[in-house]
Amino acid sequence: MTHRSSLSKARPETIRPNTLWLLGPAMLVLIIWTQIPFLLTIYHSFRRFDLLNPERQGYVGFGNFVSLLTDSIFWTSIGNTLVLVGAVLVVTIVVGLFLALLFYQDFPGRALARTLVISPFFVMPVVSALIWKNMLMHPVYGLFAWAAQIFGQKPVDWLAAYPMQSIVAMVSWQWIPFALLLILTGLQSLSKEQLEAAKIDGASAWQEFRYIIVPHLAQTLSVVVMLETIFLLTIFAEIYASTSGGPGLATTTLPYLIYLKAFAEYRIGVAAAGAVFAVILANIVAIFVLRLIGRNLQATKGGMG
Amino acid sequence: MRLWKALLVGTGLSLSAALAQTTITIATVNNPDMVTMQKLSGEFEKKYPDIKLNWVVLPENELRQKVTTDIATNAGSYDVLTIGTYETPIWGKNGWLVEMSGLPASYDLEDVLKPVRAGLSYQGKLYALPFYAESSMLYYRKDLFAAKKLAVPAQPTWTQAAAWAKQLHDPSKGVYGICLRGLPGWGENMAFLSTLVNTYGGRWFDENWKPQLTSPEWKRAISQYVELVTKYGPPGVTSNGFTENLTLMSEGKCAMWIDATVAAGYLANPKTSKVADKIGFAKAPVAVTPRGAHWLWSWALAIPKSSKKVDAAKTFIAWATSKEYIELVGNTQGWVSAPPGTRYSTYNNPNYQKAAPFAKVVLESINTADPTKPTLKPVPYTGVQFVGIPEFQAIGTQVGQFIAGIVAGKTSLDGGLNQAQTAVEKLMKEAGYLK
Repeated sequence: MTHRSSLSKARPETIRPNTLWLLGPAMLVLIIWTQIPFLLTIYHSFRRFDLLNPERQGYVGFGNFVSLLTDSIFWTSIGNTLVLVGAVLVVTIVVGLFLALLFYQDFPGRALARTLVISPFFVMPVVSALIWKNMLMHPVYGLFAWAAQIFGQKPVDWLAAYPMQSIVAMVSWQWIPFALLLILTGLQSLSKEQLEAAKIDGASAWQEFRYIIVPHLAQTLSVVVMLETIFLLTIFAEIYASTSGGPGLATTTLPYLIYLKAFAEYRIGVAAAGAVFAVILANIVAIFVLRLIGRNLQATKGGMG
Repeated sequence: MRLWKALLVGTGLSLSAALAQTTITIATVNNPDMVTMQKLSGEFEKKYPDIKLNWVVLPENELRQKVTTDIATNAGSYDVLTIGTYETPIWGKNGWLVEMSGLPASYDLEDVLKPVRAGLSYQGKLYALPFYAESSMLYYRKDLFAAKKLAVPAQPTWTQAAAWAKQLHDPSKGVYGICLRGLPGWGENMAFLSTLVNTYGGRWFDENWKPQLTSPEWKRAISQYVELVTKYGPPGVTSNGFTENLTLMSEGKCAMWIDATVAAGYLANPKTSKVADKIGFAKAPVAVTPRGAHWLWSWALAIPKSSKKVDAAKTFIAWATSKEYIELVGNTQGWVSAPPGTRYSTYNNPNYQKAAPFAKVVLESINTADPTKPTLKPVPYTGVQFVGIPEFQAIGTQVGQFIAGIVAGKTSLDGGLNQAQTAVEKLMKEAGYLK
């Protein structure tokens, strides 16, 4: 009876019934699914847990964190991670923007071309890395080596001579379609009349791009930056399948370092500490990016108003 | 109704069949010899119809990760593990493996090569049976050496090897002077480099576990290596491991190659090698001392404590490492492909002697590799191309990365070795060996 009275008292509740008991189980599964691994990671980051040495295990306080922070490899890996993310962001956005402007035009066979240009995004990272490594960049069997020889050049061992650049190329190749797709969608929401009006006023192509297209795309670009940053921070498969973090430490990023600690050295405690740092790093970057985007959005709003 | 009954009877039958049959899961490496073992598993199931085999075949690194995490967490996914002479004593010590005792008399344990048996034991207890065993040796192209009138003695030196590499390096014809491992990893470049450092008189640690990576011996050995692979090696050395070099050598792209003796059967087999009749075999080169100049390794089969089917697993392992199995491979795949390095009887077999021109060098190399005295100066560890402590995987992998960095020109020789020394010191301190 209380049920009915409450219904009659507050109208909004009749429109929105209590759905917690429906959502609850799914929420519970989600929480278990995501939070228990995280809590376990934190637990292990405070323990010595060397898989191969069961005799030496137990609580070590901040030992694992200290071990990482005093390790020059850790700092190199953080630097590499930021370089990789930054470089890929720049390349994908510049090339993605350029391609999006191309694909925005009308030309015969556009639908097919659009489908084709998106396809790299659907290739599995490991597969794409192996193709780049063995079929394109290989100094003996690769396509690039073959092309170099045709022009009388010495073949380059890309992955050894330019490891980070090679990884950036691979990852960018995969993520350009993503940037392209989002930017293209952004462009399509731009009304053609605005562009026509600009043309009538005598705006050059550059002015059109600078003063109409770029401001219009500001929001889209912010979203691309944010989403890509989140995904790129965890890039692992390309490095695993092509350079294995080397040569030396040239392509050892934080995710790869965590993998090495866990599965090459079997030091689960140190790996867990690394994972905690990865979460912290992702949060710092996310806050930074979010703030940047927030400011951006406000700026565009102000401009419109 | 009739259909229902038929279905019920059917499921009942298959259930009882499944109950009578034991399925064992075997984790193994995708090396050619293991692939042969998998191919021949029908013969085993014919002989033991109540045991069914379930295979997990993976590349070495992935297998090692799977198997190590499985056994360390007592998960029990596998009944038979393929592990090496590095893991077996450590895992035996940890109590993770079932002792290999109570084998049938027909197995003839005395026939198994003594150094290999010793390598798979901890405190006199045998924890794995060898599937194949290997040392390292020098492979060379007889035709290329003859063309330059070069003769290879039974025991070459590193000075000779370096001179040959220089003379035979001819990249315009697609032949590189020398192929060596460059892929980072304790079981990849560091396996070879440990033997090189050993023969130059170096060692991983002194008697007090102090790392020796900046010693003059290490510097001499590594600078020799870097010079050879950068001047006379194929491009892309830092991504070449055992498998990649095996391909290069069998395609005729290397004049010389120093690596595992197990490759001999593959290189001398016309089905898998373009230069099968042109391969010469010699002992691995020496520099200052013959001690530790060639390694000792065995891929062996073991049973984890977590297995619930120990008897069936033991039956399989005894079969796969028996004389009978070697005979079976010899007769079905050709004697050149018989699993090497495990049994004296293989080397006394006239069929094998005829098919395998490398048999003598391999047997001698294995017999003279001594993991208990691997270096010129005394060391607190056993193992020729590894250090028999649990931390060595971490140490070897990191040092391997630094040396690949030197080869790729990312760091100088001294800079790279200094970084490696610091990293190893840190690891050894954290592991409690150093104060």
